[in-house]
Amino acid sequence: MSDVPAGLETLDFSFSGGRPAGAFASILVGVVGSGNLEVMLEPAEGIDCAVRVETSARGFGPIWQAVMNDFHTRHPLAGVRISINDMGATPAVVSLRLDQAVAEITGEQP
Amino acid sequence: MDRMNWNIKAENRTARLARAAATLGADLTGKRVATEAVGKLLEAVLQPGDRVCLEGNNQKQADFLARALVQVDPAKVHGLHMVQSVLALPEHLDIFENGVAARLDFSFSGPQGARLAKLVSAGRIEIGAIHTYLELFARYFVDLTPKVALVAAQAADAEGNLYTGPNTEDTPAIVEATAFSGGIVIAQVNELVDGKTTTLPRIDIPADWVNFVVKAPRPNVIEPLFTRDPAQISEVQVLMAMMAIKGIYAEYGVQRLNHGIGFDTAAIELLLPTYAESLGLKGKIGKHWALNPHPALIPAIEAGWVESVHSFGSELGMEDYIRARSDVFFTGADGSLRSNRAFCQAAGHYACDLFIGSTLQIDLDGNSSTATLGRIAGFGGAPNMGADARGRRHASPAWLKAGQEARAGRTGAAGTPRGQKLVVQMVETFREHMQPAFVDRLDAWTLQEQAGMDLPPIMIYGDDVTHILTEEGIANLLLCRSDAEREQAIRGVAGYTAVGLARDRRAVENLRDRGVIRRPQDLGIDPRQATRNLLAARSMRDLVRASGGLYQPPKRFRNW
Repeated sequence: MSDVPAGLETLDFSFSGGRPAGAFASILVGVVGSGNLEVMLEPAEGIDCAVRVETSARGFGPIWQAVMNDFHTRHPLAGVRISINDMGATPAVVSLRLDQAVAEITGEQP
Repeated sequence: MDRMNWNIKAENRTARLARAAATLGADLTGKRVATEAVGKLLEAVLQPGDRVCLEGNNQKQADFLARALVQVDPAKVHGLHMVQSVLALPEHLDIFENGVAARLDFSFSGPQGARLAKLVSAGRIEIGAIHTYLELFARYFVDLTPKVALVAAQAADAEGNLYTGPNTEDTPAIVEATAFSGGIVIAQVNELVDGKTTTLPRIDIPADWVNFVVKAPRPNVIEPLFTRDPAQISEVQVLMAMMAIKGIYAEYGVQRLNHGIGFDTAAIELLLPTYAESLGLKGKIGKHWALNPHPALIPAIEAGWVESVHSFGSELGMEDYIRARSDVFFTGADGSLRSNRAFCQAAGHYACDLFIGSTLQIDLDGNSSTATLGRIAGFGGAPNMGADARGRRHASPAWLKAGQEARAGRTGAAGTPRGQKLVVQMVETFREHMQPAFVDRLDAWTLQEQAGMDLPPIMIYGDDVTHILTEEGIANLLLCRSDAEREQAIRGVAGYTAVGLARDRRAVENLRDRGVIRRPQDLGIDPRQATRNLLAARSMRDLVRASGGLYQPPKRFRNW
């Protein structure tokens, strides 16, 4: 048995071929609340962008895959680990939080 | 001619009135009936099989008369044919369970939708048809004229004049149809005035249209249906509101419009004095409204955006604010709001250039429906707001531009120049609990089969929808030239739903190049700008503040 609380589903994704993000202080956006999520970005060894999702909404793996594919197309990152704690956010909110988090790495203002 | 009597209805009314007078005796003074004698009145006036309108609006309810009707003796009064716009109270269905009523023509049954479906499948209710509000009112004057109308008013004077107050709603349409075709009008009132020492603030229904007045033991039920707490508006709704303002309102120069009841459109109202102002749109959009007094419109009114608002009904807590802003709202000489659902529905249909609202399901033809399995919910006013007005003849820039887009390159009748109403469906691709808003097949089709309806209960037909707006973008269906294009335009804004994921990516990119689909970035909108800070009010308290303390929200919304 893992230490994942009952009812949570864990999903892992990995993307290659991105541009190195370089050094940055880890970033946290969003909150863990109903219909919302928390996204953490940290620098990582290697040339991949690794994503781990822990979600209370089970059975949406294919949608997460599609959301993360599009995210990687928008922001091809390398050397980054993304951790997501999700409480049933819609794909629109997930994409928004991911974009907000990436904006903090690049220091880009909306 | 072998017909000797052409005044049967008038004689029948006279006979019923005489029967009531005889039965009531001392319980009747002029038109006033003692509260406790209401049951005797109903049994004296009603005959089996009568067509009866029990005023049930979407806000105001003749609840005292509804309870009285449930209690009449079914041996004396049975088989009534109810014709009323909204089934809101349990009593509206109790009368079918106890046999007092048998047949039903209506518009909307929101809170009673599930129970109604059960009674229909058990054969306890025969439904004539489900209408829009305007359509049902129209039939009051053709083939569904009430014999007896049971209505609600705020106050009556000694002669029987009625003051309906801010929530006039359906009352004039019901009473006019009944009173002028030999029918009988009974009003429950919250208050009686003597007409001498105390008078009505104004007369909404004249006394000679009214036969009986009964004082209800407590004020009639009324629902604040249009109050949306800004605290619950999400960032995604802010994003969609920005897209609506920049991609549709500004694009077409929409000055005359109607909004749905949801949080999505409340977000638009709250972005007018902030985001829309920053785009220089003040004076260019949103001047004239067919709309209930939405508290969310207060900041835009205060910032000088709004010239006029005509309302279907009122909204609890807005009374003093309306009174203090009589240039904007339709008010009587007494200062209080005069609403009128029939006129406002006509205004929304013929004099507005845009309707925008939400829905539960949209299919690949753009048909949309709020029907869900196991519920018969009806339509209300949305189909009249959300439909092109085929009889409209006056032009406006927004209407002409929409018409040109729809007709460009077409020939013959389809190419004859005319305008078109903008009908926008605004939905997040997933509702709560990840329910997709886009589906291959509407639940409405299954409901049709289950309930044996003539047609699936489609709220807004695809050929009336001009734009579908989601967080992914705006699909302009006016520019589509084939069913296949339309399908890809809809898939192209359907996000990560199964319908959206099954898009033809090349076709969708092609539609985007042609401006049929526009993403937020195509409109110059960065989704990260879409924060709640853009809302002119972020809480109920902010709305009260914006009104200078004039808006007094009902208790359940006082969360500070």
